[in-house]
Amino acid sequence: MSALTDLTLAEARAGLDKREYSAVELTRAHIAAVEAARPLNAVVAETFDRALAGAAASDQRLGAGEAGLLEGVPLGIKDLFCTEGVRSQACSHILDGFKPTYESTVTRKLWAAGALMIGKTNMDEFAMGSSNMTSHEGPAINPWRRSGDNRQLVPGGSSGGSAAAVAARLCLGATGTDTGGSIRQPAAFCGLVGLKPTYGRCSRWGIIAFASSLDQAGPLTRTVRDAALMLRAMAGHDAKDSTSVDTPVPDYAAALGQGVKGMRIGIPAEYRVDGMPDEIEALWRKGADWLKAAGAEPVEITLPHTKYALPTYYIVAPAEASSNLARYDGVRYGLRLKGEDLRDMYAKTRAAGFGQEVRRRVLIGTYVLSAGYYDAYYLQAQKVRSVIARDFKQAFESVDLVLTPTAPSAAFAIGEKMDDPIAMYLNDVFTVPASLAGLPAISVPAGLSADGLPLGLHLIGKPFDEETVLRAAETLEEAAAFRAKPAWLEDGGAP
Amino acid sequence: MAIDKATVLRIAQLARIEVKDEALDELAGELNGILAWVEQLGEVDTEGVAPMTSVVEVKLPRRDDHVSDGGRRDDILANAPEAEDGFFVVPKVIE
Amino acid sequence: MSGVVEGRTGPWEMVIGLEIHAQVTSKAKLFSGAATAFGAEPNTQVSLVDAAMPGMLPVINGYCVEQAVRTGLALGAEIKLFSVFDRKNYFYPDLPAGYQISQFSQPVVGHGTVVIDLKDGSTREIGITRLHMEMDAGKSVHDLRADATHVDLNRSGVALMEIVSEPDIRSPEEAGAYVRKLRSILRYVGTCDGNMEEGSLRCDVNISMRRPGEAYGTRAEIKNVNSVRYMMKAIEYEAERQVEILEDGGSVALETRLFDARTSTTRAMRSKEEAHDYRYFPDPDLLPLELDAAWVESLRAGLPELPDAKKARFIEQFGLSPYDAGVLVAEQDSAAFFEAVAAGHDGKLAANWVTGDLFGALKKAGLGIGQSPVSVDRLGGLIERIQDNTISGRIAKEVFEIMFESGRDADTVIAEKGLKQVTDVGAIEAVVDQVIADNPDKTAEFRGGKDKLMGWFVGQVMKASKVKANPQMANQVLAKKLKG
Ligand SMILES: [Mg+2]
Ligand SMILES: [Zn+2]
Repeated sequence: MSALTDLTLAEARAGLDKREYSAVELTRAHIAAVEAARPLNAVVAETFDRALAGAAASDQRLGAGEAGLLEGVPLGIKDLFCTEGVRSQACSHILDGFKPTYESTVTRKLWAAGALMIGKTNMDEFAMGSSNMTSHEGPAINPWRRSGDNRQLVPGGSSGGSAAAVAARLCLGATGTDTGGSIRQPAAFCGLVGLKPTYGRCSRWGIIAFASSLDQAGPLTRTVRDAALMLRAMAGHDAKDSTSVDTPVPDYAAALGQGVKGMRIGIPAEYRVDGMPDEIEALWRKGADWLKAAGAEPVEITLPHTKYALPTYYIVAPAEASSNLARYDGVRYGLRLKGEDLRDMYAKTRAAGFGQEVRRRVLIGTYVLSAGYYDAYYLQAQKVRSVIARDFKQAFESVDLVLTPTAPSAAFAIGEKMDDPIAMYLNDVFTVPASLAGLPAISVPAGLSADGLPLGLHLIGKPFDEETVLRAAETLEEAAAFRAKPAWLEDGGAP
Repeated sequence: MAIDKATVLRIAQLARIEVKDEALDELAGELNGILAWVEQLGEVDTEGVAPMTSVVEVKLPRRDDHVSDGGRRDDILANAPEAEDGFFVVPKVIE
Repeated sequence: MSGVVEGRTGPWEMVIGLEIHAQVTSKAKLFSGAATAFGAEPNTQVSLVDAAMPGMLPVINGYCVEQAVRTGLALGAEIKLFSVFDRKNYFYPDLPAGYQISQFSQPVVGHGTVVIDLKDGSTREIGITRLHMEMDAGKSVHDLRADATHVDLNRSGVALMEIVSEPDIRSPEEAGAYVRKLRSILRYVGTCDGNMEEGSLRCDVNISMRRPGEAYGTRAEIKNVNSVRYMMKAIEYEAERQVEILEDGGSVALETRLFDARTSTTRAMRSKEEAHDYRYFPDPDLLPLELDAAWVESLRAGLPELPDAKKARFIEQFGLSPYDAGVLVAEQDSAAFFEAVAAGHDGKLAANWVTGDLFGALKKAGLGIGQSPVSVDRLGGLIERIQDNTISGRIAKEVFEIMFESGRDADTVIAEKGLKQVTDVGAIEAVVDQVIADNPDKTAEFRGGKDKLMGWFVGQVMKASKVKANPQMANQVLAKKLKG
């Protein structure tokens, strides 16, 4: 770690503008960090040459006074984003060797803003997981460790590699995607800010689909301001995505610094779930107090159907996934196994190409859509989803934001919670409701657990009101004054 | 409604995922566990509730009828496991 | 074949429903900007969306929506202001995404009607269950290599309208009339070119047999029928096959069958043998399709006069028979040609000329009405010469043939060939006198009461005048002279 890798994205941009260092120097510092951090397995494809070439071009633009919003900033890109000429495999065996001939809209916008790709980051296979354990590339390792315990921890998932990379200072920010919590939960596990924008805010074009009605791209950064900067570059209408919304992209960073005075913050009673650790409950209360101290008014609210969000999600998402993943059939790209005939080729390719969790979800999704079961499962789930969205709509008639914990626990060790799929699914219990309702939500690092691991607080906003979400997140960030650093940085690297 | 081995096999065939016989029992157990858990949705009164069609309140955008794509066969075939004479190639299909 | 098959144990009635896939005449595909032109090199009209590359998303072609709605309006059908695109999931190499985007539970067009015209001039109403939009699949080529199938995705994503009829059709003839009528309507509104050879219009036939008046039996679906003639043959074969099974006490399998044009038989499709479970659900990449009622009304107002209305008007305005009117309105161009010829001329005469000599000559020459060597004006000119007695109807046929071959107008042909009718009484009297003088025996027989010989005498006069004598005048003069 050097001084250059410890900068925030905003600081790095300011330094580049002042020519305190060049984009090439900034990039080289991060390349060195990535090389040193290979044991973390956060980056599955290193794109150093491309980053350096881009950095040289950034330096020219910086010199010419033509710098973009993210000019010269090295970023990690989740392997779910299709990047032209660079492996884009959703960390799945079935996409072995897949190099798109096209660039996702979000990454294209990032490059247009001057950002640089330092590498593709690890993730749960097809974004299905909350631990990064389902990656075909093996797990990414959380740079944090429990105090006095050397066991390796998961970074959360599915954007685990992005979170590990940003936390370990391998890049100044990273893209993630969030279907049920896949940005926010790993952000919480790694002591980062993770923002899931409103559904429709960032284009899904060129992002390998998991569950189309839920998937949304967003940034993982070390500060709220950095998240605001990255989101501005990533967001915007895209005519190639029918669910992309055509509303102007505000200058999110400009909304910061205004505090929360007069805001009403909803505290939903239903998020006090059985078995929630006391320290999580205490942090949640602390969060409400911080906002109150800054002039906001915490209000008890009710979101009565909260407990049904997770089962709803585990019908809707696998159903969509079972259909979205049908295209991986060994015909046009990726893995193909030999079979006795076409049908056998399909079955063998898909059995070998998909990992256990993906196979499990595809089968569940196939079942809940199949003849005779559609009404009881899928249709009922989509109705409950309407009810959950209505709960939020009603709540937002009287509050500006909803405050909850991000996850029911801190990061767990590799190997824990692996036997029981439902225990793993419970990681997303606080993040899934906002996903189902398509609402913007953010996780902010707010404190440490008793054993020294980061814990996050979670704010949910009204549709397309990312500005209010970011403003309150900044207030929490200031109050929490989270300065702890992962063990990876403290002890100079040895995991 | 519990899933038996035969159902798992049928679903796996529908999804075109080969499942070995010896794995069927365990898979049936896992799927039953998940299904039993999601079945709590049956408790929710959804009488008169319209199923969610989209969380965004926008109209379906419509394109103009212009040819703006195609003519990129090399791109289309670039990642193909097998291609020949401009076609994708798959094991013989008998109709 | 009629719609009833006489079996050993009694009569069986055909129950037929048709699913027509009509390709929308759009330049670009339903969900991508790739071209739809027929006959391109494999995979050259394929976008990343059509090939279902990872992360690709559909965006609907608004023109195709408009054409589906216009077609629905032309079928007198209910237009649904709210409809939904669903995914129909199944694995097949020419279906890249593993699902077809179609409309299942909420199609854009509901119930409608098609009136079919039968040979005896009668009509029947066939119900339309629905019309929905969907994307076409690609094409699998099975004969390039013994051990492999080749896949071309040029058709993948082309916009189709699937038009489903009620099981109201009762015979091969009705099925043929239905397809011809639907094709005619589609061509009138310009939403599908109806070209069956190029696959722009494809039929799937659902057929079952029942005892007249009883409940429907189990149906078989026949795919791959790419002409009206083949469809009728497929129905005939399938009806016999099913009756044989039923008479032997067996039951017909609910299955998909393929028509083999070489042998005029059908056989069960191997690739479709498993019972399908398509797992339809609304496509989360697309929002529901919501239409504006005023927009729909503006499309209704912009529809052309449709075949049934035109037929009724032709019968009323020109006194045509239902059959002739039906033939004329089948194609919009023919109807327009006829109407232009009929303007200022006798309508029935114009209809006879257009449906008779003109259609016959065009068919023989392999030409469409738009390529007719005899223009509207020239055919009108010919009819004028008949109406003003310059030539007889019989001579007119000869004149028409020369006009068709040479492209010249009627007056020029009549003058050049000296075909002008003789209406000079003196000249005709001279011919008549000569005929009477040459045939004293026949004259005596006629005068002895054999009236029937009149026709023979007229023929002799026409022959002697090289068919130029005005037939009515020849008759009058002969009658006067023979009886006198
Ligand atoms: Mg059909
Ligand atoms: Zn169809």
